[in-house]
Amino acid sequence: MSAVRAVVAQARTEVVLAVRQGEQLLVALGIPLLVLVFFSVVDVLPLGSGRPVDVLTPSVAALAVLSASMVGVGISTGFERHYGVLKRLGVSPLTRPRLLGAKALATVATEAVQLAVLLVVALVLGWDASFSFVPFVGAIVLGTVAFGGLGMLLAGVLSGPANLAVNNAVYLLLLLFGGVAVPAAELPGPVGAVADLLPSGALIAAMGDALGSADTAGAGTWLVLAAWAVVTPVAAAATFSWAPRD
Amino acid sequence: MSAVEIESLVVRYGSVTAVDGVSLRAEAGEVLALLGPNGAGKTSTVETLEGFRCPDAGSVRVLGLDPVGDRRALLPRIGVMLQSCRLYSVIRPVEAVRLFAAHHPHPVDDPDALLDRVGLRDRSRTVWRRLSGGEQQRLALALALVGRPEVVVLDEPTAGLDVHGRDLVRSIIRELRDDGVCVLLTTHELDEAERLADRVAVLHRGRLVALGSLDELAAADRGPQSVRFSGPSDLDVAALSTVLGGPVRAEGPGSFVAEVVSSASTVASLAGWFAEQGLPLGEVRAGRQRLEDVYRRLVEEAP
Repeated sequence: MSAVRAVVAQARTEVVLAVRQGEQLLVALGIPLLVLVFFSVVDVLPLGSGRPVDVLTPSVAALAVLSASMVGVGISTGFERHYGVLKRLGVSPLTRPRLLGAKALATVATEAVQLAVLLVVALVLGWDASFSFVPFVGAIVLGTVAFGGLGMLLAGVLSGPANLAVNNAVYLLLLLFGGVAVPAAELPGPVGAVADLLPSGALIAAMGDALGSADTAGAGTWLVLAAWAVVTPVAAAATFSWAPRD
Repeated sequence: MSAVEIESLVVRYGSVTAVDGVSLRAEAGEVLALLGPNGAGKTSTVETLEGFRCPDAGSVRVLGLDPVGDRRALLPRIGVMLQSCRLYSVIRPVEAVRLFAAHHPHPVDDPDALLDRVGLRDRSRTVWRRLSGGEQQRLALALALVGRPEVVVLDEPTAGLDVHGRDLVRSIIRELRDDGVCVLLTTHELDEAERLADRVAVLHRGRLVALGSLDELAAADRGPQSVRFSGPSDLDVAALSTVLGGPVRAEGPGSFVAEVVSSASTVASLAGWFAEQGLPLGEVRAGRQRLEDVYRRLVEEAP
């Protein structure tokens, strides 16, 4: 029981502190919301056939998962490490698996709120509300692990300010070229091929299965996403340094 | 079994040896101060106790446990205050003590009361980054105590505190000792060690140059005897030297040292002379050497 109490207390603290600071929540909720509303209303993106909101909703849901897990976890953990907060937690009885469990719990809680807001707004904008439960949960879990792992990988090796910059740069690159804002199929040939192998493209395709009208993800997509969900946490665990960078 | 056992400890950073064969023990219900100048190896020593680094040679045991190998069993039983530790920048003290209480299996009954104890009641809802340095320091102490530790390791606990904060921290440390807790602290301030510690371990360039109570250290000291006192700064030291039978010199404005046998009769002669002259005699210190003198000689004589 004490393990559950510790994990819940830690997760609640992480959420409360994130809400109090605000900036990360703005990125996590504000940007996906902006993309959804703006490009649903203003038809400027080459979104192919179909109504913009139906094409955008899965992408934006994927973007929300990506920002909560990679940017949210990555930047906060990076600064916690940089300022020695992790070192202090390291001499409390909170074990590392419990800290990671708490971060995962806090991230999923954040995502639940984000996705609820985004899907309600999508409905208001006329989204066709196609929804499949198993792919939805699968996309959230695999996406959170893959991008959370990427955030932890960056947080565990870079110094605080460098981690902040790189996290935001990776976010922007994935947003532009990872098939988030522009579907991979619409990107120029080689870029599109790379986008298919990136976790962002795979996550969007998986979200397409969950929230789109047609099955967009083949087995290959799920395999790519699952592979990233193994590679990034393993790489993070292998390289993570809990002490501040000297 | 002692609460803390350090046996022939060696810690190296590359080619630099930070701790070079230190052995010492600390018992339950005592305050042991690791005293030494910056770079003496104090923090490196306590970091092996906290499990942050493995000894390059020798061994450390806390409550009979290996701080690295038995980490999970040990951490619930110790309280740690790191040097210049930061917390989440927007956490409130009341949230921090409750959070750390939740991490411990047997925390204090009322974590909020700990904030009263460290004098942070009025600041319990102020976010960490708006606390003063001293308040942050006192919060760090509260977090070290929230799990009802049997051993407390405090790295420079009074550094950066004002007079009030120091008094508070000192009284908490004495209470811990009286409750049977083993308190191990580091300081480079002699005054702090003298006020707080039951025993002092003097470290110099990674070596233990002395270990014992202040009385033991002073008794073992082979330095010249002296009597210290304060009086008017225009004191006639030449006349007093003749009376006491040894040289008297001013150490500072109004403070003097007589290099004479430190005995009751010397003190009587000194007091008598002041009475004859109608001068005010301030603090007189005889018999026991000041830790500062002992320490200076230890460090100067160390190889």
